[in-house]
Amino acid sequence: MFKAGIWIETGENGVKEANFGVITAARGHGDAEIHAFVLDGNADAYQDALQSYGVQKIVSLGTDGGDLSSKPDLQAAALAEAVNHFEITAFLGLSSARGRDLLARVAALMDAPLVQDCIGIDLSSQTVSKSHFSGKTVATVKINANPFVCSVRPNTIEAQIAPCQCELIEYRASVQDPGKLAVKEIEKSRTGAVDLTEANIIITGGYPIGAAENYNLLQQCADVLGAAVGASRAAVDAGYAPHSMQIGQTGKTVSPKLYIGCGLSGSVQHFAGMKTSKVIVAINTDAEAPIFEKCDYGIIGDLFEVVPVLTQVLREQKS
Amino acid sequence: MQIYVCVKHVPDTAARITVVGGSGFAETCKFIVNPYDEYAVEEAVQLVKRNGGEVVLVTVGKESAVSSMRSALAMGADRGILVKTDAQFLDSALTAQALKKAIAQDGTADMIFCGRQSIDSEGMQTPFRLAQAFGMAVVTDVVALSVNENQAIAEHDIGGGATEVLQIQLPCVIGANRGLNDPPYPKLPQVLRAKKKEIKQVDIADLGLDLSFPLTEIIKLEAVPERGKAKIFEGSTRESVEQLVKALKEEEKIL
Ligand SMILES: Cc1cc2nc3c(=O)[nH]c(=O)nc-3n(C[C@H](O)[C@H](O)[C@H](O)COP(=O)(O)OP(=O)(O)OC[C@H]3O[C@@H](n4cnc5c(N)ncnc54)[C@H](O)[C@@H]3O)c2cc1C
Repeated sequence: MFKAGIWIETGENGVKEANFGVITAARGHGDAEIHAFVLDGNADAYQDALQSYGVQKIVSLGTDGGDLSSKPDLQAAALAEAVNHFEITAFLGLSSARGRDLLARVAALMDAPLVQDCIGIDLSSQTVSKSHFSGKTVATVKINANPFVCSVRPNTIEAQIAPCQCELIEYRASVQDPGKLAVKEIEKSRTGAVDLTEANIIITGGYPIGAAENYNLLQQCADVLGAAVGASRAAVDAGYAPHSMQIGQTGKTVSPKLYIGCGLSGSVQHFAGMKTSKVIVAINTDAEAPIFEKCDYGIIGDLFEVVPVLTQVLREQKS
Repeated sequence: MQIYVCVKHVPDTAARITVVGGSGFAETCKFIVNPYDEYAVEEAVQLVKRNGGEVVLVTVGKESAVSSMRSALAMGADRGILVKTDAQFLDSALTAQALKKAIAQDGTADMIFCGRQSIDSEGMQTPFRLAQAFGMAVVTDVVALSVNENQAIAEHDIGGGATEVLQIQLPCVIGANRGLNDPPYPKLPQVLRAKKKEIKQVDIADLGLDLSFPLTEIIKLEAVPERGKAKIFEGSTRESVEQLVKALKEEEKIL
């Protein structure tokens, strides 16, 4: 039997939505048995959510080496052991900041093939697709060994419900932390902020935003939409936004359902990070701006006029 | 400190990529130092300025990669080692093994720097595999770093506006991200000096690696078509916004 394992990323609000797309991707293999690996000890709380997307076994992972939470290498060692123990062929997870880190540690430890940030997966033929050259091309990659590891770009595979009954398993890996790396602290700079890489909707302000405070204008709109707020490099370089908000070639790669770019020229490097968005909307004063040549909808106008009206209209229609 | 920096020679961010032969591309476009690797070089150069030592570049690539190595030498690295291959795309696990061999043959690393990813094949794994090969700790996506005698403190973004601060034992591998530093443009004297710096070339075939079994291989490369022209909504601001919201609701079924 083909067994797929999925590392489940959890946060303050439990299982992150984007995991369900990864589970759906694993189900693409007709008769895969799907294992979900949970590291935070709360597996039973996630049972309803996970089984409704087709997870058959939830493995709650612990170790002999103590608390997993602040030890990336211990997490990886425990996962690698579990992948072997449960005879997993395809080990998948989200290509979030955490996912890319953890899955790469696991693959390196197992000397297993790894493809990061996949946008398509065909488990039967062991081929995946991923961006090359920052979205200018897509590569089809053949994976030549088992087990293998893939991280999946959030939101690229649509989650589909497939309820089943799942079994809860406790597994204690007999691994120790190498003791060379430890998380000292986690600093929350913007509490409650929607994560850019997992957001369904993103509204981005480019260089014309002109000042850090002016992002409030976008934030108000984002609040109505449940969106995250992004920035261009030009805006980051000017000091209007932190680098963590930058989208593009040298920033974050995002793939939301809706991307609203306000005051963006449409540079190749910015598009490198958001090209795979489902719908792209541009708001720009210049009818000739390159962005209007490569997006879905446009409004020619000043972002400082258009965005407040957009916020207003959305609010009216909500109530 | 003996610091090695892994540098890749990649097509320019603005280069047009033309697919040839189904799984390759026309390598006639402009090539540059992988942007993330520049942060890695700058960080290594600053560390050696403060603590003494040497910065050695290591590149796995074609002979043409020498041009990017010269650019990185102009940023202040001391010398370079080019592991020559005849492919632009090499399986990441093999690349890491080749880097490891080249470094181990040359000296004992106190630190190894890489970029968080290459911008051509976007593998996002070389630092991890390299660290595993050396038995070192690794942190990537690093935006702030301080190094003491036998440990480093590194910061990286973990999403949702949060930053994680990690303590790492040296020797270690660091994957640099934008934000780590702000590399200045090299001045002419530095560029001239870089031309005289040593670049040792070794053939990948002479490293004793088994190259016959790549863990992954690219079987197809396809250009992604750009979207067409936008549908522009006309009228007053309010009218155009209302049309937009209507389209997002009724046609796209997003809102
Ligand atoms: C190696 C490298 C990596 C890079 N990485 C990135 C990256 O990761 N992300 C990134 O974004 N960029 C990146 N860039 C930079 C990129 O090339 C562009 O310079 C940048 O994206 C431009 O930002 P912008 O669109 O906000 O600003 P601009 O280019 O200044 O464009 C502003 C646009 O807004 C319009 N405008 C002006 N005022 C208003 C107004 N009031 N309302 C509405 N519209 C208005 C203008 O008509 C113009 O089209 C990179 C560049 C290089 C060389």
